[in-house]
Amino acid sequence: MRRFSASGLISALTIVLPVVSLISMTVGTVSISLGELFAADNSQVNTILFDIRLPRILLAICVGAVLSSTGAVMQGLFRNSLADPSLIGVSSGASVGASLTIVAAGGLITSGALLGLSLVAVGAFVGGFVATLLVYRLATSDIGTSVTTMLLAGIAIAAIAGALNSLLTYFSDNDMLRQISLWQMGNLSGASWTKVAIMAAVVVLLLSLFPRDSHGLNALLLGESEARHLGVDVQAVKRRLILLTALGVGVCVALAGLVGFVGLIIPHIVRLAIGPDHRWLIPASALAGATLLVIADSLARIVVVPAELPTGILTALLGAPFFFALLLQQRKQV
Amino acid sequence: MTMLADNISLHLSGFDLLRNVSIEVEAGKVTAIVGPNGAGKSSLLKVLTGEMEPTKGSVSLNQQPLSQWRPQQKAQMLAVLPQHSILNFPFTANEVVGLGRIPHQTGSIKDGQIVAEALELVDASYLQKRFYTQMSGGEKQRVQLARVLAQIWQPCELGKQFLVLDEPTSAFDLSHQKLTLDIVRSLADRGVGVVMVIHDLNLASRCADNLVVFNGGTIEAIGSPEAVLTEQLIDKVFEVKSIIARHPVSKKPLVIT
Repeated sequence: MRRFSASGLISALTIVLPVVSLISMTVGTVSISLGELFAADNSQVNTILFDIRLPRILLAICVGAVLSSTGAVMQGLFRNSLADPSLIGVSSGASVGASLTIVAAGGLITSGALLGLSLVAVGAFVGGFVATLLVYRLATSDIGTSVTTMLLAGIAIAAIAGALNSLLTYFSDNDMLRQISLWQMGNLSGASWTKVAIMAAVVVLLLSLFPRDSHGLNALLLGESEARHLGVDVQAVKRRLILLTALGVGVCVALAGLVGFVGLIIPHIVRLAIGPDHRWLIPASALAGATLLVIADSLARIVVVPAELPTGILTALLGAPFFFALLLQQRKQV
Repeated sequence: MTMLADNISLHLSGFDLLRNVSIEVEAGKVTAIVGPNGAGKSSLLKVLTGEMEPTKGSVSLNQQPLSQWRPQQKAQMLAVLPQHSILNFPFTANEVVGLGRIPHQTGSIKDGQIVAEALELVDASYLQKRFYTQMSGGEKQRVQLARVLAQIWQPCELGKQFLVLDEPTSAFDLSHQKLTLDIVRSLADRGVGVVMVIHDLNLASRCADNLVVFNGGTIEAIGSPEAVLTEQLIDKVFEVKSIIARHPVSKKPLVIT
């Protein structure tokens, strides 16, 4: 295994991300050349660029950054490079919340909007947060939070959520069914400037608070008691990081549905490239996740023109083969 | 300046792991704890280092109850090397040893120097850029040893420093066993209080100022190796017949079974 320099990767991604985003501005059902991009005076082109594509790209950047950075944090916290943010129950809870809202609110969904956000988003966020709190409570006793119990509780919550989801789909009509399954595939097409503003605030919050616990996460990789002996307040670190992850992923799922795989593979790949030091891993994962999601979303817009695919399908289709390749490579090395 | 356990007992799920144990680890001395498997040696270390709260009794570090030190202050004075480490992320040796500098704010240049010196000291300089996950058991243990050494590399202004080692030599070949004991001795000479669990009675006899024999959750004997290591005691505690001779050079007791 050879490592790349962390600062090198971060600088490279800082250049690649804007370039990819710029290209992404030009593609879609209506193709707009780079020249038109800068000299756009046509109001129709302007609308496409600044009311549809730009918020969508910015949303992709924010969602990608949050999912990947929280993925890196969860993998560190659980000391397992195959953990992802959904392990703490937030995704399963959110999907139940969303399905419940779709079924309960029925026809209200399309018309009723709260602060420009759909009711489904609120339902998903509440569901995700409640599930995480439940998992965290279950796993926390007088002697601290047991990571193993959290993993198991997360699995149990996912099972319950799966059952509830099936139950809800059973009672749904055709229209609701389509909404539920579209939501579960993850989609960035509903981007608006309000959503971008909320997501951006979450990105700023997370990326400014995570560095504080980078050392703690590094120490935790040695084991909990080792981290304690290195002066890390393990319980406080866990509480902070789980709360921030639940918030970040909750908002992501609420605004963009279930975009799978980004939170799992991006931190994993970045770790293979630059090593497990969280001081670099978290920002590099955020940048890489943002880049991947912009690429995936651009593809989602052009592969089946004039229609478009849900983004979540593309992230899995792009990510999974890459992951297979990594596993094969690792197998050779052992 | 000491690390002190005063009359501690530890009950856990119906078992008496420790019964009325008092032990004083002096700065500048090497204290070795020996005893059969399951005697409570590791439990004692856990209570001494604050990882477990004793059911009864109290633990203090440098004249202040252990729990009253802030985590970071405690980490500047007390480093602990566990028996096994579960690190399964591909840190390099440099990075693992660097973790030992987390409690200190000495800057990355100084930390880098200390990391290099600590690795040099444990004969692991050649591992610097190698991945921890790809090392042998003995190499891993040496890197972990370097990590705890880096943690207490410089004297601390808060008080005397202590190093707790749980079976530090278990994965080592002969030369690295000797190296570890030499390091432990030089640390003690620098004023660090060392307490270690060790299974090899002859290694314990060679390096310990104070030997603690543990049996059934309580202290069976305590004192200098010369005073403690007798044929009767070894028969009683380990149920092994032995002969106590003297090391021809160091004159320390030599247990022959």
